[in-house]
This record gives sequence, structure tokens and C-alpha cells, in this order.
Amino acid sequence: MELNDLYRDVILDHNRRPRNFGGLEPADASVEGFNPMCGDRLTVRLKLDDDKISDIRFEGQGCAISTASASLMTEAVKGRTRADALRLFDRVHQLLTDDAAPPAEELGKLAALSGVREYPARVKCASLCWHTLSAALRSTDPQGLPAVTTE
Amino acid sequence: MNNIALADRTQAFDVNAVRRQFPILARMVRGKPLAYLDNGASAQRPDAVIDAVDDYERHHHANIHRGVHTLSQEATALYESARNRLVEFINARSRHEVIFVRGTTEAVNLVAQSYARPQLEPGDEILITHLEHHANIVPWQMVCEQTGAKLVVVPIDSRGEVHVDAVVALMSPRTRLFACAHVSNALGTVLPVRRLIAAAKARGIVTLIDGAQAVSHMHVDVQDLGCDFYAFSGHKMFGPTGIGVLYGREQMLERMPPWQTGGEMILAVTFAKTTYNGLPNKFEAGTPNISGAIGLGAAVAFLQGLDRDAAERHENALLEHATAALSKIPQLRIVGTAADKASLVSFSVAGVHPHDLGTILDEDGIAIRTGHHCAMPVMEFFKLPATARASFAFYNTFEEIDRLAAGVERARQLFA
Repeated sequence: MELNDLYRDVILDHNRRPRNFGGLEPADASVEGFNPMCGDRLTVRLKLDDDKISDIRFEGQGCAISTASASLMTEAVKGRTRADALRLFDRVHQLLTDDAAPPAEELGKLAALSGVREYPARVKCASLCWHTLSAALRSTDPQGLPAVTTE
Repeated sequence: MNNIALADRTQAFDVNAVRRQFPILARMVRGKPLAYLDNGASAQRPDAVIDAVDDYERHHHANIHRGVHTLSQEATALYESARNRLVEFINARSRHEVIFVRGTTEAVNLVAQSYARPQLEPGDEILITHLEHHANIVPWQMVCEQTGAKLVVVPIDSRGEVHVDAVVALMSPRTRLFACAHVSNALGTVLPVRRLIAAAKARGIVTLIDGAQAVSHMHVDVQDLGCDFYAFSGHKMFGPTGIGVLYGREQMLERMPPWQTGGEMILAVTFAKTTYNGLPNKFEAGTPNISGAIGLGAAVAFLQGLDRDAAERHENALLEHATAALSKIPQLRIVGTAADKASLVSFSVAGVHPHDLGTILDEDGIAIRTGHHCAMPVMEFFKLPATARASFAFYNTFEEIDRLAAGVERARQLFA
């Protein structure tokens, strides 16, 4: 396992220049995620247009993996329906934890996170933003959303 | 410099001979020789400790203070001779003053619940400092909630130092207890505990010193310090985990009710009344960590067999070397620059999160701690979410520190 497999160019780039970074006012949902082990903290805010995520931004402080993951996530879920975004979370979670996960074409740039699964201590860094997104989506409507399998 | 000092200096500390006694230091991590620089979190064990525990498990295990059979007597003798070693190690007055506990955390909780809780009244004050480990904050917060007492916090300065004047300024007629670290785990600051204890004593304030980070680095003499309580953990001084010591002045411990109750701590039980056992057993309810205590005794014997002055000089040289090597790295900030520091360096590098740094260094076989070090108020003071911390023991080498500095520089370039 090589370090540049973990810190791929896409990750380094999104860490250096996180996309959709900053506040969002007014937001339909806003949730803060916190990883007490490392102190990573981020807030995900989003706007819904009917059932679609029309805008999403995040802010906070975290390591490169957590920042890049959040940045990639915001790009990937913008325009998706809530259920679709949660299904994507499922796929990402599989990518992060399951060695047998098939190469996921539809994950696009998110596939850059696959190096994380060789570093079990870092899986939570990459998944913090997704758990936060999931909580934000659920806060908008607890019913009618598919279950998320995480841990 | 006179000739005697010169001669002392040249009598080099044989770090390789010491390293050979720590089998884990020979292992490889991710294909590289392990550089273990996380001694502040937990130090490694020498053969002497591993063998003592192994010998006990293989040949002497039984419950202590119970049976009349041979094994029980042997186990009891080993456990109690470990206590004797610890009495000697910290220069306690007697065996009554050394209580085996699980670690520093349990020791502080014991004092909070058994000493402080029955004494405190609403409006009384407990004084601590801003650089404490959570284990020396939360037990006092809890006892404040239980009694209506108030937690008062002494500020630190931008170097991470605690000034005697600042502590004295906050000692009020209502201050009942002063608790502080001997050495800060997050910053390395060595606190002027002797003077702080003297100031507290002069005002009739009871003192507890959290020595978790001190006992492995320096000689600790509780009578010389004059504190009422001193707490430390075995695993940070080359002993096993799950064992530690609460030292308490006998007069204090005598006055305190047992904290936990059960077997061992009683003399006689009827359903009407229980007569408590004497010290130290009064505070050791239940079957204790016998093998842990024996391992800790062996760790003390190991340290006593070491030239501790030479070991301390070597650690100071490591600290100097690390400070110099890390300071050369652009964008690196050392957090905690007290004049008197134990052998650890906390630092942050602009643009590199400590967590990423930890992973990158691990790839080189280098183990450091990253995070808030269970001292969130310290991190908040320095406006950092986390730092990287390299903490040294006498078995570390200059070469390991050079590898650390090279790894940090590589990480900086990766994220630049």
C-alpha cells in the first residue's frame, strides 16, 4: 500500500481547494457532525427544491481525508433526490469498508476515496460528512427515506 | 564548566544497551524499523517487566490475602513486595500510603469521591489549572455538581506555563483543594509543583498532583514535594496497563471513607455493621490487578537499576535535538515552549492536519500521537483543533528524531 494511493491528486486538490465550502443562508437543513476521536467538526447545510438537493455547502475543520470527502460529497449529491443521495452514501460506505466492493463506475470522482479502506483508523474521517448529510436529510423528513446501512 | 561536569557529560548513556532490553523496539512497522515516539500515551515494557508478569502467571498465581495455601502466600508476598518497591520509589513514609488503583484516572476519582465529596460545601472552591488532562478536570466537575462547590481555573500563558503568582492569586479562603499536573501531557510543561504545594499548604489547602507524565522522566519524592496526594499510572512508566498508584498522606487516607466496597477492604461484616480494614486495604476492594502490581514493581526495579540522571540527560538532549530539528521546518509551530519542559514536543504544521501527519509518519514506521490529547481546554487556548505530539523516552535515539523531522517535511511538501 502506497501513501499516494490514499492521498491521490483528487484528494489533495479537494483538500487544498474545497468546493462548496462556507455557509448557506437560509438552509432547509443544517447539521453539525463531530468526530470526538480526532476533533474533526463540520457542518452540512442544504436547500431542497421539492425532493431534490438544490444546494449544499459545508464548513468546519478536519483532516485532508475528511475535507476532501466532504467537498467531493457536495459535488456528487447536488441535484440528486434525497433517496438517491442516501443510496450513494451506501455505495460510498461500501467503497470505504468492503475489500470485495466492485469498482463503482457511477461513483465518479468519489472512487478516489477507495485508498482509505487500507487505513481503518481513517474510515471515520471519510464518512463523517456522509453521516452528517444523512442526519440533515432525515431532519427534513424522517419518513419515506430508505435505511442507511453503516456500521 | 568544571572538570567533574565534563566527566559526567562524557559518560555517555548507552542507549543501545537499554534498547536491547525492550523487545518491541526491534520490530518493523510497515517495513521500517519502529520509531516509537508515543511514550506520553503509553511507554513500552522491558524484558524485566514482561518476565516478572510471565513468571507470576506461570508459577505463582492465586488470590492474595485469602488462602493459607502456598500459591496464595507466594502471590501475596509478590504483590506486597511490589508495594514496598513503590513506597521506596516515591519515598512514601509507609506501606499505608501506597494504594494500588487502575491508574491515574481512578486515583483522581477516588480522591474526588472519598476525600472531596464529604468535605465540600456549597460555595467551596476547587482550584485546577488550564492545562489539565480531562482526568484531572472531569472528576472535580462532577464533585462540584454533587456538592455545590465551584471549579476555579488558573490561566496559562502563551508558552504554556503556569505561574505561581497566578495560582496564589486565585487561592481564596474558600479554596479547599488544589489539583494540578506535575507535567502537562499536551505541552510538556513541568509545573513548579513544589512551590505551588508550599503556597497551598500555607493556606491550609489540600493538594493533589497528577504525576502521570512525570514519574517516567524524573525522580519523584512525595515527602520532599509535600503534597497530600500524588497519582500516577504504571503503563506510562514501563509497567503494565490497568495498574497505578494513589499516594496519600496517611492522616488524609485515615480520615477518608472507603470509596468502593466489597471484599478485601473489610475486617468483619454482619448485616448490622461492617468494620473496615486498615490502610492500604481499605481502598483496595475486590481482587486487585495482582499481575499488574507485580509488573509495576518490576518496572520500578528496572528504573532503579538504570542511571536515572544519565537517562534524564539523554532525554533532555533528545528534546533539544527535536526542538532544533522541527524548528527548521517552515510553517511548523511548536505548541508549548515552557522554559522547563519534559521530553515531548507538541506541534502543528500549517496546511497539514495532525491526523494526516500521523498516517504519513506511520507509513515510515514512526508512531506519534495526534489529536487533542484529552486536553481540549489546552487546544482551545491555542486555537487548534489538535496537535501532533512526539513524546520521548530514554530509549529513543537522535536518529529516530531525524526520521521524524524528515517525515514531517515530506508531509508538508505533499500538502503544500
